[in-house]
Amino acid sequence: MKKNSYAAIFKNGIVENNPTLVQLIGMCPTLAVTTSVINALGMGAAVIVVLTFSNLFISLLRKIIPEQVRIAAYIVVISGFVTAVELLLKAFLPSISASLGLFIPLIVVNCIILARAEAFASKNSPLASVCDGLAMGAGFTIALTVIGFIRELLGTGKVFAGSDGTGGIALLGPSYPPAIVFVLPTGAFLTLSFIIAAVQWFRNSSDGKKEKIRVEAIKAQTSSDSPEAGENGTDEASAPASGDECETEAVK
Amino acid sequence: MSKILLIMLAAILTENFIFSKFYGICPFLGVSDKPSTALGMGMSVTFVMTLSSAATYLVYHYILTPLGLEYLKTVAFILVIAALVQFIEMFLKKYVSSLYSALGIYLPLITTNCAVLGAALTNIQEGYTFVQSVVFGFSAAIGFTLAILIFAGVRERMKYCDPPKAFKGFPLVLLAAALLAMAFSGFSGFSV
Repeated sequence: MKKNSYAAIFKNGIVENNPTLVQLIGMCPTLAVTTSVINALGMGAAVIVVLTFSNLFISLLRKIIPEQVRIAAYIVVISGFVTAVELLLKAFLPSISASLGLFIPLIVVNCIILARAEAFASKNSPLASVCDGLAMGAGFTIALTVIGFIRELLGTGKVFAGSDGTGGIALLGPSYPPAIVFVLPTGAFLTLSFIIAAVQWFRNSSDGKKEKIRVEAIKAQTSSDSPEAGENGTDEASAPASGDECETEAVK
Repeated sequence: MSKILLIMLAAILTENFIFSKFYGICPFLGVSDKPSTALGMGMSVTFVMTLSSAATYLVYHYILTPLGLEYLKTVAFILVIAALVQFIEMFLKKYVSSLYSALGIYLPLITTNCAVLGAALTNIQEGYTFVQSVVFGFSAAIGFTLAILIFAGVRERMKYCDPPKAFKGFPLVLLAAALLAMAFSGFSGFSV
C-alpha cells in the first residue's frame, strides 16, 4: 500500500466516516460516559486500544477463521482484549475504572468494534487494519471529548474535573449557575442531537454549492415559480427551500 | 419479598435501562419506527434477558467461581448469551413457529444488544440471588419494552412534521428521546 492510502484511512475514520457523528454507531457509551471530559477521554482510550488490537489480530487470523463462525470468533478475540483492558484499568487507573463502571466490559458489544472487524480487518492487511483501528478510535474519542466538553461545561461550569468532582478549570467563572440538566440523561440526548444537526448542516452546505448549480439549471428548464429553491443548504430554517428540493429531486 | 418489589420498580421506572443507564440505545433508536416492530423487539429482549439472567447466574456461580475464573466473566457471558440466542432461535423455529415468525428477525440482533450483557453483569455486581437476578432481568426488559413502545408512538407522530433541514432524521429522533428522558427523570427526581 502507498503512503497516501494510509492518510486516506485516517481521514476516513476521523472525518468522512466518523463512527459516532456520521455512521451513528456505538451510541450507548457515547451517551453514557460523556458527563465529563476525563470520562470521555478514558473511554476513548480504552476503545482505541481494544479496536487497534482486535483489528490487528482479526486481520492476522483472517485466512484461518472459517466463514461460518467468523462473528463468534471475532467476539471471542474482542472480549479477550476487553478483559485485558478492564483488568489494566482496575489496577492502574481505579478512579476512571470506577466512574466508567460497566461500560468497560460493555465495549465487547460496542457496534464500532464488530463493524470494523467485519467491514475492514477481515479484508485488509494487518498494517492497514491497525491504521483503521487507530483512526476509527480517534474519531470516536474526538466525538466523545467534544460532547463531554459541552456537557461538563454547561452542566457544572468546569472542565477537566476529576471523577470525584474536584479540580477542574472554571471556564465560565465562579458565578455561573450550573445547568444540571446537561449532566443528566436528557442533556446527553440533547447535546448529541445538536452536534449531529450541526454536522449535517455543514455537510449540507458544502454539498449545497454543487446542488445550487444543479437546482438552478433544473429551475431554468422547468421555469417554475419558486424563488427560494436556489437557497437550500445555506439557511438552517429554510423549510420551503427543502420542500422545493424534494420536488426537483422527484422531477429528476 | 419487599426487596423483589423494589428491584422491579427500580428496574422498570427509576433506573430505566434506556433513559437512566443508556443500555440498549442501538435497538432503541434503530427499531422504533413503528409500534409493531418496537413491540416485537421488546418481547424478544424480554424473552432473552430473563433466560440469560438465569443462565449467566448459574454459569458464574457454579462454573466460574469454583474454578477461580471470575475475571473471565465478560468472555464467558457473551458466549453464553450468543449460544442461548442461537438455541432459542432453533427451538422456536422447530416447535413454536408462530412465535418464531413474530420474533425471528429480531433475535440475531440481540446478541450484540448491550442491555442483555449489561443486565447479566449488573446481577453479579449487585450480588443478587438467583430469584432476584431473574426478576431483575425480566423487569429491566419490561422497562426497555415500555421505553421503546412509548418512543415508537412518538416517532409515528413525528413522521409528518417538517423540521429544519439540518435536524431531519437522527437529530430529531434524539431530541424526542431527550424530552422522553426528561419525563422519565421525573421518576427519580432531580437529585444528582
